[in-house]
Amino acid sequence: MKIKVKINGYNKTFDVNPDEYLLDTLRANDYLSVKKGCDNSSCGVCTVLFDGKPVPSCSLLTVKTEGHEITTVEGIQKDAERLSEYFGHQGADQCGYCNPSMALTVYALKHEIKNPTDAEINDYLVGNLCRCTGYQSQHLAIKKYLEDDQL
Amino acid sequence: MKVVNHELPSIDGKGLMMGRPAYTDDLAERNSLIVKVLRSPHPYAKIVKIDCSKARALEGVELVLTYEDFERRPFTRAGQGYPEPSPHDKFVLDQYVRYVGDEAVVVAALDNKIADEALSLIDIEYEVLEPILDFEEAYENKIVIHPEPEIHDMFPIGFEPLKNVAAAYHMHVGDVEKSLNESDVVLEQSFYTQAQAHAMMEPHTVNARIDYQNRLMIYSSTQTPFHVRRIISQVLDYPLSKIRVIKPRVGGGFGGKQAIHGEILVSAVTLRTGKPSKMVFTRKEVFESSYSRHPMRLDIKLGADKDGTLKAIDCYVLSDTGAYGEHALTVFMVAGSKVLPLYNKVDSVRFHGNVVYTNHTPAGAYRGYGAIQGNFALESAIDMLCEKLNMDPIKFRQKNMILEGETSPIFAIMGEGTEGTAMFMESCKLDFCVNRGLELLDWKHKYPRVKQDNNKVKGVGMAIAMQGSGIPYIDMAAATIKLNDDGFYNLLIGATDIGQGSDTILAQIAAEALGTTLDKVIVYSSDSDLTPFDTGAYASSTTYVSGNAVLKAANDMRKMILTEGAHALGVDVKDIEYDGVVLKTKDNEITLKQLSNRLYYNEDQKQLTSTNSYVGTKSPPPFMAGFVEVDVDTMTGEVDIIEYVSVVDCGTTINPMLARGQVEGGIVQGIGMAIYEEVLYNKKGTLITNNFLNYKIPTRLEVKKLTTEFAVSYEEAGPFGAKSVGEIGIDTPPAALANAIYNAIGVRITSLPITPEKILRGINELRGQKNGK
Repeated sequence: MKIKVKINGYNKTFDVNPDEYLLDTLRANDYLSVKKGCDNSSCGVCTVLFDGKPVPSCSLLTVKTEGHEITTVEGIQKDAERLSEYFGHQGADQCGYCNPSMALTVYALKHEIKNPTDAEINDYLVGNLCRCTGYQSQHLAIKKYLEDDQL
Repeated sequence: MKVVNHELPSIDGKGLMMGRPAYTDDLAERNSLIVKVLRSPHPYAKIVKIDCSKARALEGVELVLTYEDFERRPFTRAGQGYPEPSPHDKFVLDQYVRYVGDEAVVVAALDNKIADEALSLIDIEYEVLEPILDFEEAYENKIVIHPEPEIHDMFPIGFEPLKNVAAAYHMHVGDVEKSLNESDVVLEQSFYTQAQAHAMMEPHTVNARIDYQNRLMIYSSTQTPFHVRRIISQVLDYPLSKIRVIKPRVGGGFGGKQAIHGEILVSAVTLRTGKPSKMVFTRKEVFESSYSRHPMRLDIKLGADKDGTLKAIDCYVLSDTGAYGEHALTVFMVAGSKVLPLYNKVDSVRFHGNVVYTNHTPAGAYRGYGAIQGNFALESAIDMLCEKLNMDPIKFRQKNMILEGETSPIFAIMGEGTEGTAMFMESCKLDFCVNRGLELLDWKHKYPRVKQDNNKVKGVGMAIAMQGSGIPYIDMAAATIKLNDDGFYNLLIGATDIGQGSDTILAQIAAEALGTTLDKVIVYSSDSDLTPFDTGAYASSTTYVSGNAVLKAANDMRKMILTEGAHALGVDVKDIEYDGVVLKTKDNEITLKQLSNRLYYNEDQKQLTSTNSYVGTKSPPPFMAGFVEVDVDTMTGEVDIIEYVSVVDCGTTINPMLARGQVEGGIVQGIGMAIYEEVLYNKKGTLITNNFLNYKIPTRLEVKKLTTEFAVSYEEAGPFGAKSVGEIGIDTPPAALANAIYNAIGVRITSLPITPEKILRGINELRGQKNGK
């Protein structure tokens, strides 16, 4: 079936199966920043923004996106690049597999909560797992980025 | 130093954050066949009949493979050098399945949906066999998990499959029984560790195609691209020269991607169909059907004199390798070889035991590689011994632990699967690590406990640890450096960046030696066609072994540049001063940029390329002391970690920031093993903890404060004084946490993970004892 959805600001039409998940649709259409980590919304690496809110694309049926707006890291390149500098200076990027999803979630956080506390940052990002860093370097990077880059 | 020991951002972080295609599945052919596996629902069964006719008839199914389609050729998936110290006890597909999740049938189809449907159309009749699900019952059980006659070891490793023994080992120094008899105090305790999962974020992923030169080309998320190439060639009997393995960016490994997982299956599909194919493990498959850490029972006996002199360590270990013996012997040996030398002043040591088969998910390589299991047991036992001796556990360690300039007989006796290599500790700042850690955690004001108002008690605990830096005389690494016009370099390395940052730190080593900046060293790793050999990212080898190879290649390149510069300037090499940018004589000069352009286009044209390699003659251990403060809730048994202090001696830190990342990441994985990551099977032998909802790795809420420092240390044999640092961070948390919880509430937990339930049970038992029950 045909689905009309806005992706990163562009109107797209996808021909999908009714039981197809957004993660698979996106990857099949070369939005390769969206990664597969688990299969049940429990690791966060497949995060995309659905009308600005972070959601796991592995569990969202593509048909549900009809008429909505999806953002992947391809759509927020400048923000991702800027955040990456903070990650770089904290040594917070290791394997990098979860980093696009971090960039999207931090982007949403920035737009949703002004001057977030440590606890708010942690709560907002708790669904984004990382097995490499131990989180502290990420947290310091994200905190500094949010302080420096207030909207 | 201008580049080494500087906190430079990783060279690839930006591109990866921006989502540029870099990982294995990003690089798969668009029209790849989807390869899926029908897996055993039984822990042990014989396939009596397979009917694949309906699946084969389904439109869009290209290939269905069963055990009848493969030559019977035993191998090991371990992903080690050759000959491997792991038994060749696995067939690509076999008539027997030996754990829930073992491979039964392989399907290749046009898309996911068709592949799934094809799997559902396969009829298999199993003869269900009685399994062994308790590793303490495996030895000489009447049930034999590997009765097949073709399986074998490559050299003696104690392999006795008819007794369910994948490997066995025995060593001793001195007379342990005598030392124990003569000791004033003897501590005897058994410890249990669980089958921790690696839980790297990128699942095991591989794809294959036939390239335009009619060669098999594989992208694999692997830690060992050269071993992958060799093993595919051996198992599928396909010429090594016709296989190319490319390791693109890897989304985490931690040892889990040292082994071969889907590589042989996609290769078989692509070779038989001529079509590209790919396989991405589901998370369930990652948990259930790759491999885990070896669960162990460690029976420890320690003997000491009243003055706090440790005299004897006796250690019997039973290790569970699951259905296949990947890394069976070597992980077992590291539980001794990278733990026992910590206490090098003992009169006698014994370390022995068996690695047994069970019908569980296989075990294999995982960061720490036995050392974390051994460390939990020994460092818990040391605190228990100190309690008996009524001695401060810090003073006891300071009196008995290994110091700079010293050695241990263990080094010569125990290697990894073979004899070891004698060595003295030319760099060992363990004493500093302990003292600094005490300061950083404010130990003297916190030890052993501080009671809180409510039902909470704070306590502190610690442990010391060591690891290694590669496997001497076995792990070889090579590097090639190419000078380009404009005066920048390519660094081609077989070393495998799996997220630990080796591309960055190896470029730092090259840049330092070449006198240039990091941006002038373009790194490419790793590709069996284009980069020189490297055994791979395991055994904490990359900084030390690959780093030394890079340093040698860079020094060679520097000499070549001097030679060409002298020629261009018409002087002797000794008359040139060179800072990496300008070659100068008293009255003349040429920049590297000019020289390199000249060599490419104008005069004396030639390509400057240096290749060198390194194999260690010793394995200098990194050391660390880990200290933790916990807050234990005596009503719920819950443990909060307030702070974890790590003080690490890894020699020179090539990039202190990335080294800290290795330590912190290791600490949090170790914390996961210590208190969160429970592994549960149901009675039928099915892994229950097979997704992130049931298997709980630490989230960012569990990590309150990590304090990490490095000792000033210099290892003569290492590149710019460096030792490796990839694994050491994971070793201390289990023992340090067990000790801290004991110090807080007097409950000693000897089996991992230390769950609230176990703590509450312990509290209730203590109360029962107090009430005289």
